[in-house]
Amino acid sequence: MKFGVIVFPGSNCDHDAYHVISKHVGQPVDFIWHQEIDLSGFDAVIVPGGFSYGDYLRAGALAKFSPVMRSVRDFAATGKFVFGICNGFQILCEAGLLPGALMRNAGLHFICKHVNLRLENQNTPFTSEVDPDRLLSIPIAHAEGNYTCDDETFQQLEENGQIVFRYCDENGETTPESNPNGARSNIAGICNLDRNVLGMMPHPERACEELLGSNDGRDIFRSLTKAIAAAETAA
Amino acid sequence: MKAIVFVTLKPGVLDPQGKAIHHSVESLGYRSIRDIRQGKYFEIALDPSLVESDARAQVERLAKDVLANPVIEDYRVEITA
Repeated sequence: MKFGVIVFPGSNCDHDAYHVISKHVGQPVDFIWHQEIDLSGFDAVIVPGGFSYGDYLRAGALAKFSPVMRSVRDFAATGKFVFGICNGFQILCEAGLLPGALMRNAGLHFICKHVNLRLENQNTPFTSEVDPDRLLSIPIAHAEGNYTCDDETFQQLEENGQIVFRYCDENGETTPESNPNGARSNIAGICNLDRNVLGMMPHPERACEELLGSNDGRDIFRSLTKAIAAAETAA
Repeated sequence: MKAIVFVTLKPGVLDPQGKAIHHSVESLGYRSIRDIRQGKYFEIALDPSLVESDARAQVERLAKDVLANPVIEDYRVEITA
């Protein structure tokens, strides 16, 4: 089993993801420079948070043309796992690996705080080990996390169980007040139809140690590890 | 030969930056300004040997694939001498 963490110019959560995989998940992990095109040998690729290419043009807009992203498309098409966090989510949307787009936060501010997340679908490779009966406390840190899509796409997301996480209050209610950025229907994370590509604005890699205020992020990485192990056994 | 590309948010897509600008403008006393929406403007220098129809086709493709995100934005291309 091997994880890869892509490094774009301007990525800044790549080391956090690497740390979590090596220390807390306890699996081999390598950085993948954005000029690389060979992803053979990897089972899962993390597209990390940060400000790839300085967010020039639009967040994620230039990263999608990186050589590595062409390979990530093929990688995802073969059923391997791709996990975009924050800027990584923006990149996956720009690249067309996930539907919709992430716009400027409705309140215009960069928001950096812990939020409550409600698990909407446990039946994904990224969430099988997440307890659906409790809320996750995971931090967000973004200025462009306002998820949007057209009505048809939204309906498909709902019908196909592709909405994986929603922002909610401490009682699990998806209220307007608990929506930090104006995202459509409080959407915090979605997956593709095949469920092997997940994108989310909150940072689970920053919530893997009690010292940092929460270790709820670990369940997501544990789920992914289990899914990779299952895929290896099947192969 | 030059191309100009305007990229604007689709009608109905929330533009919080435009709203913030409008709010400031209102506080300056401009009572007759109803709304402001912010967009992007690109000036693109083209090979002068291109025929205009080819230039337009190339820039239209560039606008669709790179300059605009068609999920939330519209674009308009102008070719000038």
